Amino acid sequence: MTSTSEVAVTHTAGRWWIIGAVVVLIASLLVGVMIGPAGPQWWRVPLEFVDRLPFIDVHSGLTSTDWAIVWQIRAPRVVLSAIVGATLSIAGASYQGVFRNPLVDPYLLGVAAGAGLGATLVITINRSGSSSWLIDPLPLISFLGGLTAVLITYMVGTLGKGERSATSLVLAGVAVTSLATAMQTFILQRNSDVVRQVYSWILGRLSTATWNDVRLVIPYVVISTIALLLHRRLLDVLRVGDEEATALGVNVGRVRLVVVVAATLGTAAVVAVSGLIGFVGIIVPHAVRLLVGTSYRVVLPVSLLFGAAFLIVADIPGRVLDNPAETPIGVVTAFLGAPFFLLILRTRQVNR
Amino acid sequence: MTSLAFENVRIEYGGRTAVAEFTDTVKPGEWLCIIGPNGAGKSSLLRAIAGVASHKGRILVDGSPLTARSSRRRAQLIAYVPQSPILPGGMTGREYVLLGRNPFVTHFGNETAHDHSMVNDVIERLDLSEFATRDVDTLSGGERQRLVIARAIAQEAPILLLDEPTSALDIGHQQQALELVDKLRREHGLTVVSAMHDLTLAGIYSDRLALMHAGHRVAHGVAEDVLRPETLGEFYGASVRVHREDDGTIVVVPHRVSGL
Repeated sequence: MTSTSEVAVTHTAGRWWIIGAVVVLIASLLVGVMIGPAGPQWWRVPLEFVDRLPFIDVHSGLTSTDWAIVWQIRAPRVVLSAIVGATLSIAGASYQGVFRNPLVDPYLLGVAAGAGLGATLVITINRSGSSSWLIDPLPLISFLGGLTAVLITYMVGTLGKGERSATSLVLAGVAVTSLATAMQTFILQRNSDVVRQVYSWILGRLSTATWNDVRLVIPYVVISTIALLLHRRLLDVLRVGDEEATALGVNVGRVRLVVVVAATLGTAAVVAVSGLIGFVGIIVPHAVRLLVGTSYRVVLPVSLLFGAAFLIVADIPGRVLDNPAETPIGVVTAFLGAPFFLLILRTRQVNR
Repeated sequence: MTSLAFENVRIEYGGRTAVAEFTDTVKPGEWLCIIGPNGAGKSSLLRAIAGVASHKGRILVDGSPLTARSSRRRAQLIAYVPQSPILPGGMTGREYVLLGRNPFVTHFGNETAHDHSMVNDVIERLDLSEFATRDVDTLSGGERQRLVIARAIAQEAPILLLDEPTSALDIGHQQQALELVDKLRREHGLTVVSAMHDLTLAGIYSDRLALMHAGHRVAHGVAEDVLRPETLGEFYGASVRVHREDDGTIVVVPHRVSGL
């Protein structure tokens, strides 16, 4: 009897972490829309949200300009931060699971380098800022660039006659990343006038976020997230290694392919609209593991939620400090992430 | 009870032949012990049965070929304890044993209450309760070995494969582990195939021995027929004495040739 209740305890602990993470995320979303350099007093914003609920009438004192600032400028940026943070974190955790390497990030198989090359091409060719395009080519081409790079990695990495091992994939990813980066450097070297533009893309941007960006990434991100969450139990089985997982009835090659495709799809989509925001995909799953344990059944959903909250919070200094020249989000994530990570690492070691 | 048959099984890795030709039939409930020098092909054979290494020829489980089954179905029939199993740090003993239920859980599903109670039962019967909530990283070699066997038992497969199950254990733990396997096989009617280096233990616990050398089965039969000084000298390059105890136990003792 005791053992049954112990199972229940483990499950409940995971559930409480997920509930806690939901609360943290909602709080971050609220704080995110309440804070900004211009606009209404912060405490009026939640009142206005309550007022907009059906059957509830509260006087918030927000003007229509205030509301436009909250809903058209702050909200899309906060929501996009949440989506980008969530996707990079769950993709990172999944990559780490499928390659059984905690130091792996979602850019491992070349998605970032491919997207960067795509963005560089668009910025270079489209220097004049031609508005004749039907759709904005920058996110589209960087998305396709990211996917193409990973496709090449996968084809090269599984070309050999031997088993489709994780190691050969990782090595192919390194090669494809180097190749794409070299091509990007070559293009930039010949077109030094766009270096600044490309550089600002690489550092990540959430400042120009609109609801349109959110609409653009949502389908990919939803598919990717659902696919990854469905594999969280199998990621736990994969922890015993390819051979033992195979002996336990898992089709390891297929699981790895599906997880890599799903994680790449989500990562490429968010990179396309936000640039390269580093650190999130490694630091969030790591921190989550230190908090909730190593089971992917808890690590994946909690990483998703905490990742979203983390990027919202990380974006706040960029929005209020040295306005209007904003600090790039990629710089902030590194500045916030590294000490936070060290702190958790340290306290956990003391506890043990 | 389930039978296991090998028809001209051949296993190659990247041009190197690990098993050249292996034909044998393991009767339902039998314990076959595969012995042979390093590199003879013992592990490769076990890996092929477990579906981890590809093979030519046929491996038949209850008369139908292994390759005709899905990996999930195969895992319901065959449990595999590798030579050096990976026990992921941060996992509790119970979580580890629960992995054995994977062949019965649907692809995107979760373990049922039956899976959990089955695991609890195995943990209780194998006297592992004190390790159930501990991180597997904190366990000793013998404790880890028992946990791996527990995972294989939780798999409820009628065929149990053990690759060097005792190589990391001291003599007491070796005995305990093998006694445990023998007890479980009698209780559950398991068919057991193991690879072992300790010839005396192999002779004591198995029903039959198969001696492999350079990918071929070169001798097989009961301990008394296979464990002969000339045979072991020829295929192991070993100099041994073989004693027969009063109870019929065959004991293989290394023998130092003077003047060598």
